[in-house]
Amino acid sequence: MKKFVSAALAASMVLSLAACGATATASSTTSEAASTATTEGGDAAVGTPIKLGGIGPTTGGAAVYGNAVKNAEELAVKEINESAGETVFEWQFQDDEHDAEKSVNAYNTLKDWGVQALVGPTTTTPTLAVAAEAANDNLFVLTPSASAQAVIETGDNVFQICFTDPNQGVASADYIADNGLATKIGVIYDSSDAYSSGIYDKFKAEADVKGLEIVAAEAFTADNKSDLSTQVGKCQAAGAELVFLPIYYQEASQILIAANKTGYAPVFFGCDGMDGILSIEGFDTSLAEGLMLLTPFSADASDEKTQHFVEAYKAAYGDTPNQFAADAYDCVYAIYDAYVAGVINGDMTASEMCDALKGAFTSMTFDGLTGTGMTWDETGAVSKAPKAVVIKDGVYVLAE
Amino acid sequence: MSLKTMKKSTRSNLITFGIVIAFYLIVSLMSVMGMMTSSFAGQLVPICAYVVLAVSLNLTVGILGELSLGHAGFMSVGAFAGTLVYTLTFENTPLPVSILLSFLVGGAVAGIFGLLIGIPVLRLQGDYLAIVTLAFGEIIKNFMNALYLGYDSTGVHFSLKDSASMGLAPDGVVLINGAMGITGIKKASTFTMGIILILLTLVVILNLVNSRAGRAITAIRDNEIAAQSVGINITNYKLMAFIVSAVFAGMAGVLYALNFSSLVAKKFDYNTSILILVFVVLGGMGNIRGSVIAAALLTVLPELLRSMKDYRMLIYAIVLIVMMIFNQSPQIVSWRKKITAGFKAKRAAKKEKKEAA
Amino acid sequence: MQFLTYLINGISLGSVYALIALGYTMVYGIAKMLNFAHGDVIMIGSYVVFFAFGSFGLNPIVSVLLSMVVCTILGITIERVAYRPLRGAPSLAVLITAIGVSYLLQQVAQLLWKSDPKSFKSVVGLQPVSMFGGQLVISGETIVTIAACIVIMIALTLFINHTSTGHAMLAVSEDRGAAQLMGVNVNATISLTFAIGSALAAVAGALLCSSYPTLQPTTGAMPGIKAFVAAVFGGIGSIPGAFIGGILLGVIENLSKAYISTQLSDAIVFMVLIVVLLVKPTGLLGKKINVKV
Repeated sequence: MKKFVSAALAASMVLSLAACGATATASSTTSEAASTATTEGGDAAVGTPIKLGGIGPTTGGAAVYGNAVKNAEELAVKEINESAGETVFEWQFQDDEHDAEKSVNAYNTLKDWGVQALVGPTTTTPTLAVAAEAANDNLFVLTPSASAQAVIETGDNVFQICFTDPNQGVASADYIADNGLATKIGVIYDSSDAYSSGIYDKFKAEADVKGLEIVAAEAFTADNKSDLSTQVGKCQAAGAELVFLPIYYQEASQILIAANKTGYAPVFFGCDGMDGILSIEGFDTSLAEGLMLLTPFSADASDEKTQHFVEAYKAAYGDTPNQFAADAYDCVYAIYDAYVAGVINGDMTASEMCDALKGAFTSMTFDGLTGTGMTWDETGAVSKAPKAVVIKDGVYVLAE
Repeated sequence: MSLKTMKKSTRSNLITFGIVIAFYLIVSLMSVMGMMTSSFAGQLVPICAYVVLAVSLNLTVGILGELSLGHAGFMSVGAFAGTLVYTLTFENTPLPVSILLSFLVGGAVAGIFGLLIGIPVLRLQGDYLAIVTLAFGEIIKNFMNALYLGYDSTGVHFSLKDSASMGLAPDGVVLINGAMGITGIKKASTFTMGIILILLTLVVILNLVNSRAGRAITAIRDNEIAAQSVGINITNYKLMAFIVSAVFAGMAGVLYALNFSSLVAKKFDYNTSILILVFVVLGGMGNIRGSVIAAALLTVLPELLRSMKDYRMLIYAIVLIVMMIFNQSPQIVSWRKKITAGFKAKRAAKKEKKEAA
Repeated sequence: MQFLTYLINGISLGSVYALIALGYTMVYGIAKMLNFAHGDVIMIGSYVVFFAFGSFGLNPIVSVLLSMVVCTILGITIERVAYRPLRGAPSLAVLITAIGVSYLLQQVAQLLWKSDPKSFKSVVGLQPVSMFGGQLVISGETIVTIAACIVIMIALTLFINHTSTGHAMLAVSEDRGAAQLMGVNVNATISLTFAIGSALAAVAGALLCSSYPTLQPTTGAMPGIKAFVAAVFGGIGSIPGAFIGGILLGVIENLSKAYISTQLSDAIVFMVLIVVLLVKPTGLLGKKINVKV
């Protein structure tokens, strides 16, 4: 019996091997066919579509971020192709389950498809792994939301559209100190998460410089985050007047609920991960009253661009887009700007396109949902100004 | 000696080696001929690591018969120890030496943890042991997630709180940065290294299984009291199985870690431990060759399902359940036996007819 | 006073663990299998309550009853389709299948209800009790959860020890073959066990999410594992053991967060578990395993 099973397993393994080989030949023939078609056609007006790839967790615990990025990219690609009247972008999105190994697999799958520029990955750890691979291949990476400093240090082909974590930590501490919001600060952060602990580290360093006193720095991990009342209690006991929350909005909503239960009402201050808290289904938004956050994007903003995006997103996917979606949407449009400027076209190889985009990104100015006049430096870091907003009567209002 | 006259176990082992070497040759041939997809090429090293993990776990679960849910913990300590050695040495020492050293250190550190976790094993049984190994894996993950390690001119600093409390001088170098883990690793693992590690694992574990020690270990699995009564030193053999298993898991961890540019503790959680256990159970407990094949197959499967888009992991779950029932359900097993017996009978009948004619 | 607050936090977390652990231990005690999908049944149950109570505005008790019905049907179906074919197979095969079921339920939940978190509206209407002039507050959820634990614990014990169906369950748990020979319908008994375990999961889900209101497809996974640990801690298969194990686990977790390290609280919980098991290898209230030669 065992023999039968192992024979069957071996047979299917050979089959899967063959399948892998087969897809390789198949995809190379199609791309050959495509290239001959374009050369024969010789019509310059209809360009070869640019193959844009996206990566993010669409399943598992971090799926909410990956799906936001995926939806927004799909929306942007659709809009661009419709308004241009031709297929500017061909687009494909692969799941990475928030895991470095799976993310590299996803990247390789996209490579087999012939991807020319990558909008992703979504989360920090997978992005580090993929960026290293892409640096070897000289393939352009523009991540919507992997905000660690180490991400852009991987190679000169890696760009961010979001703030780097150190930036956010420093900006938050500066804002709190400069506006005299409080002197006794409590922090609750996710020590098992690269984003959260990255911001916390820099916040702490800057707070020391600015003379803010951190009276309680409480962590939680992905495994013990169901109960956050003790962390809240410790901030309360330490007399923190302001609690800094460099975390995502799900956990933040739990902290607000826990604080409300014990009647603790400090100023809560968050970063870009906080955006989305008002659109959690079933959340009592009155608890978020007075919550401040530094964010490049708010779904309630009144400018035309944001309103158009939020409406289109809601119509297509049924919920309010968060900051991840806005960043991803901007990524696609930033690359589209380079296309419009004639810097890139679909006939380039991935490496040529990477070099072209590196040049374009370091010299262009981009206006998007998450900021106007964005520029990038050689390292791939974006410079844009975070807006401080405060929640009043269930909507974002610019602070001051 | 011809294949037929060999001892059954030797022949079976040779087939296992043959499968691994054939796999290596086919893949090499494919890559020379340019038939390989990036997707498949990228999975080769993880496949090798999972095969080593599955084979080494089979030693504890299949041969020794103790359920372990913390195999990823050994992988984790091995990976971190080995990667540290690698990042500290690869600039000043020749690359092969640095890599070899990191594998040795990774294996050795994991082995020490194997000994540590082996001690409670001697007192506990069944599901209680399973939960202790799970706890062990989670402790390692939790600890590595909170560990900050760095060095500067004044020496080595570490903290279990945050990077600021390490008290590192401005010129200091952070080696392990908490949840960020180790970043900027220069990729070193290759498929050939992976295959060598698989072959080494197979040589050691198959020899162990077919040796006097291996027979003692299986005797413990089948009946601990009976084994004790014939004078088998249970403590020694149990520890031996645990340590050998841990050493190879640690080496697989090094292989895995050096294949990516960053290493985080989160990867080695109970889900990874369970994944390895799935390979072992699906391949057949105690069946080393089954582990090899099941690990390779189940690592590739989710990638082959990518065309299913959103339904990918749903289908993976269903395939897993169906395969388990197909392989292990007593009714289906006996039904399959009947069918194969029917085939054999038919074939035999044909043969007889031919001979008669 | 601060200590008491942390202790209460711990007890309220622990009572949720205990409630989940009761379902775990019940299924383990009788069917002798670790149902790793239990946490995901809890998650499904919570979604049912979320939509029934939060979106359609049904009465909270009706919503929980509805969720119990859904979970019971789900539990019986899972047992029938995935676990029963493996009766008689090695226990590990069933364990892996349970893990497959766990993945499956998470994926189905994600496809049906998407991955974005929902904020769960508490089904408990009870006002918090405050003591010492408001310095110590015990939430209504905690009181209801502990009360539910105790009621369920007593009901289960009475049911198992004083009804013929309960005796049949005990018989199946002692020796399946012998029970069958004595005329006990083993399959029906195990199905019933799963039905009860899943109905308990629905209650646990409603109370878990009332206390800790973020609901996602992965919500059940970690509490499920912790409850499994709690069940082992107390001696798996023992109903009072699950209760004590759950409460202790919650208290240790929260006190180590409060006084030792918030980062390492899980490591501390697990270390305590290992030490306890080394001293008492079958958990606090577990039966001694007698090995027959």
